Amino acid sequence: MQDEGREVLDVRIDSDAREGLTGTAPASIYRPLHEAEQVTIAPDWRPMDVQPAWRTDFPIDWPQDHYVERREFMKFMVLTSLAFTVGQFWIAAQDWWRRRRQPPAGVRLASLDDVPVGATRAFTYPTEHDPCVLVRTSERTLVAYSQKCTHLSCAVLPQVAEKVIRCPCHEGLFDLESGRPIAGPPRRPLPRIRLDVRGRQIFATGVEERTV
Amino acid sequence: MPKPDYLHFFIDPNRCIGCQACVQACTECDTHRGESMIHLEFVDRAHSVQTVPVVCMHCEQPTCAEVCPADAIKRTGDGVVQSARKPRCIACGNCVMACPFGVPEVYEDRQIMMKCDMCYDRTSVGKKPMCATVCPSQALFFGTREQVEQLRPLSTPVNRFHFGRQAISTRVFIMMPAKQASRRPYVDITAAMSEQPRERAIALTPVSTDPFANVEV
Repeated sequence: MQDEGREVLDVRIDSDAREGLTGTAPASIYRPLHEAEQVTIAPDWRPMDVQPAWRTDFPIDWPQDHYVERREFMKFMVLTSLAFTVGQFWIAAQDWWRRRRQPPAGVRLASLDDVPVGATRAFTYPTEHDPCVLVRTSERTLVAYSQKCTHLSCAVLPQVAEKVIRCPCHEGLFDLESGRPIAGPPRRPLPRIRLDVRGRQIFATGVEERTV
Repeated sequence: MPKPDYLHFFIDPNRCIGCQACVQACTECDTHRGESMIHLEFVDRAHSVQTVPVVCMHCEQPTCAEVCPADAIKRTGDGVVQSARKPRCIACGNCVMACPFGVPEVYEDRQIMMKCDMCYDRTSVGKKPMCATVCPSQALFFGTREQVEQLRPLSTPVNRFHFGRQAISTRVFIMMPAKQASRRPYVDITAAMSEQPRERAIALTPVSTDPFANVEV
């Protein structure tokens, strides 16, 4: 049965000459069948150079599918950083436009005589859809804030005795003097309305949007 | 870590006894999550008890991957066609229709296709796939070419298949009678479908002497 010249291979799993868990010889004595990375052959058996481009775009081989070319990576990095740069310029341009806009005209709110110390007045400024509230905290101090809570735009209510502005929706509290959040979910201060007292009349002259 | 180059999967359907041990063992592979990815096929159930274990042949031109619209079936560098990638598979079942060997299965309940991956967690560290470890008749054999040549001197491993005009080479070998393989080193599936088994007369000659005469009971 056996050829005379042929070397008889010991097929026993635990023989000394063999290695590995399955009792096989080291890989180095066998020649690999293909390139390690490119194993798939196109169904028409022609080489990959003459295959349509989509074959290289959607490779079946895992290594090719995961392979990212240096050029592709650089393109991604350059385009992403370009997008970020353009975004910065866009933000700067928006800011410039906002600054250039004319400040809203001064609107007379009330007379000092109508607002005693500790009293509040509701008004709308700059448009009729922006509810605001005016508080006279002392003889010489007037404060006014937008009434929209910076959390979820509920109407906030000043409580002069406690020196806070309270949002009833989620128990947010703002400092009455500065409009800054002191408790609850709001994280940003209320927009402050700039006031001007001319003679005995109180005027609203601008809105101060603040982030901190 | 890839499957070692020198280890191959050899299927010898002649030796299959239909015990289903491979199907059960497949469910116990760590990465198969209790699901068997292979099955046992009856060749001609009305006339024969012959069965064939159907494991993935790991084609060099994987038709399942060719037809996948979601680009979910990938082949690792060592030639093992992996099960569908879970984030990509859309459970369309194209691969099930296309596979010439009938290997992939779509699981509608979890919307994924799962197929035999040659127990990649095991073969990639040099162990045998689960089915090959349990096969009692060695119809599924995992080892070197030298081993299989020694064990099956009358058979030759063949990895080329013809389905009509489609020719496929695979990484898994089918054992073919050496005489036939030397004449035609591929399996022509379409021709084999219309092939009828040869009539064989088995003569049972009664022995004249008692063969157990010398056996002490």
